[in-house]
Amino acid sequence: MTLLLDRDELHETLEKLARAIAGAAPRDVPVAVVGIRRRGETLARRLLPLLERAGLKAAHYGVLDITLYRDDLTTIGPNAILRGTEIDFDLTDTWVVLVDDVLYTGRSVRAALDALMDLGRPRAIRLAVLVDRGLRELPIQPDFVGLRTDTEPHHIVKVKLTEVDGQDEVELYDRRD
Amino acid sequence: MTAGIERPVWTRKHLLTINELSREEILFLLDTAESFKEVSTRSVKKVPALRGRVVVLMFFEDSTRTRMSFELAAQRLSADAIDFAEKVSSTKKGETLLDTARNIEAMGVDIMVLRHPAAGAAEHLARAVNCCVVNAGDGQHAHPTQALLDLFTIREHKGRIEGLNVAIVGDILHSRVARSDIRGLQKLGARVTLVGPPTLVSRDFEAMGARVTHDFESILPEMDVISMLRIQKERMTASGFPSVREYVHFYGMNRERLRRCRPDVLIMHPGPVNRGIELAADVADGPSSSILRQVTNGLAVRMAVLFLCQQAAAGGEHAP
Repeated sequence: MTLLLDRDELHETLEKLARAIAGAAPRDVPVAVVGIRRRGETLARRLLPLLERAGLKAAHYGVLDITLYRDDLTTIGPNAILRGTEIDFDLTDTWVVLVDDVLYTGRSVRAALDALMDLGRPRAIRLAVLVDRGLRELPIQPDFVGLRTDTEPHHIVKVKLTEVDGQDEVELYDRRD
Repeated sequence: MTAGIERPVWTRKHLLTINELSREEILFLLDTAESFKEVSTRSVKKVPALRGRVVVLMFFEDSTRTRMSFELAAQRLSADAIDFAEKVSSTKKGETLLDTARNIEAMGVDIMVLRHPAAGAAEHLARAVNCCVVNAGDGQHAHPTQALLDLFTIREHKGRIEGLNVAIVGDILHSRVARSDIRGLQKLGARVTLVGPPTLVSRDFEAMGARVTHDFESILPEMDVISMLRIQKERMTASGFPSVREYVHFYGMNRERLRRCRPDVLIMHPGPVNRGIELAADVADGPSSSILRQVTNGLAVRMAVLFLCQQAAAGGEHAP
């Protein structure tokens, strides 16, 4: 196991991410921060006060469950557990920051984009991720990245967050170990 | 985006009765239905979860709302829904059903939704085909999705099911809805009271663990939920049935009886309502009534059923 980010580094990275988003956000369009369940959701909620400190007050916060949009639904079988989408505002004409913990193949983001489009017509969607580990299978790139790191397919990047996992850190495992 | 490591709760590719479900399975299904309820509130009322899947609705008995509800549920999951409706000759029901089903399955169907006048028809079908089978009502035996949507509606209203006093009123003897409701409610810890004339609610039902009474008036004040069953008028002429006037007098829910209930009582009805018989019109349309909400929730529950059964089938070796 390699430690990619410890607790303090993770916090710094999030602040950096928030500053980058706040700097790029339009001033005349309502901003919606939407996290992908589950860790993207937690990260999105944490970003809200950080964004505010960086001068951006988000108008909306929402949570996206992409289970029903996954392209591997037929193979994951009964492991698919729905936790529900909670977006109780109109996405139309908002500037959406889509938040996820790890960007890998790009398939989750593809599913999330489809899910968002079914809910409304945002002015724009931007992608913010804590870790970009490369190895994309779809032409999808992030707009805001906390940490970029090269990995191999046999690696596992595990983002741990206090609210879900009891501690804050990012680890890299080797599946072969 | 890794799959959960914990053992999946739902591994059934068929839904045949409520009896076979555990408390955990029922609660998991209700939670899943909760997520599907949101889909119906969107501008695009569709998710791609069952895209490319085929659901065939095999209704050998008249039904408007259940068939529509399943059809819409399939469509909201992006499945293709096709209708197969045929009156079978009652003499060769069993044989005809399986023969028909195998032919339909050969066309590449993923889920069969069956409504049939013979008790046990769904189970019979499930044993003969490889695709998923969902029971949409078989004879006087079972109607699991109705029970699930009733449970969903009660939980939504009361926040819980455990410990509630629930009365089911009417022709319990001939009702598959009642049988499924009793089992479902008991599994989730409700106390069930069955109410009706002695010929339609015999003491035999006490063996199911329910309380039986023929005195509707006396139980009104203690009930949290009262579910009024539909009186099938075509049966009213048969022996054992009171006259309509008699029935309304003793077992109809009206404004006077409602006044004697708890203020937060929930009045349910599986539909379609015989207004003025089991349920007075002003009660059916009043604030205590959940009739239309039951219909709305039925859609979400049936989406959850189709989705979970299909997922279990996709899981292959997990399916029983």
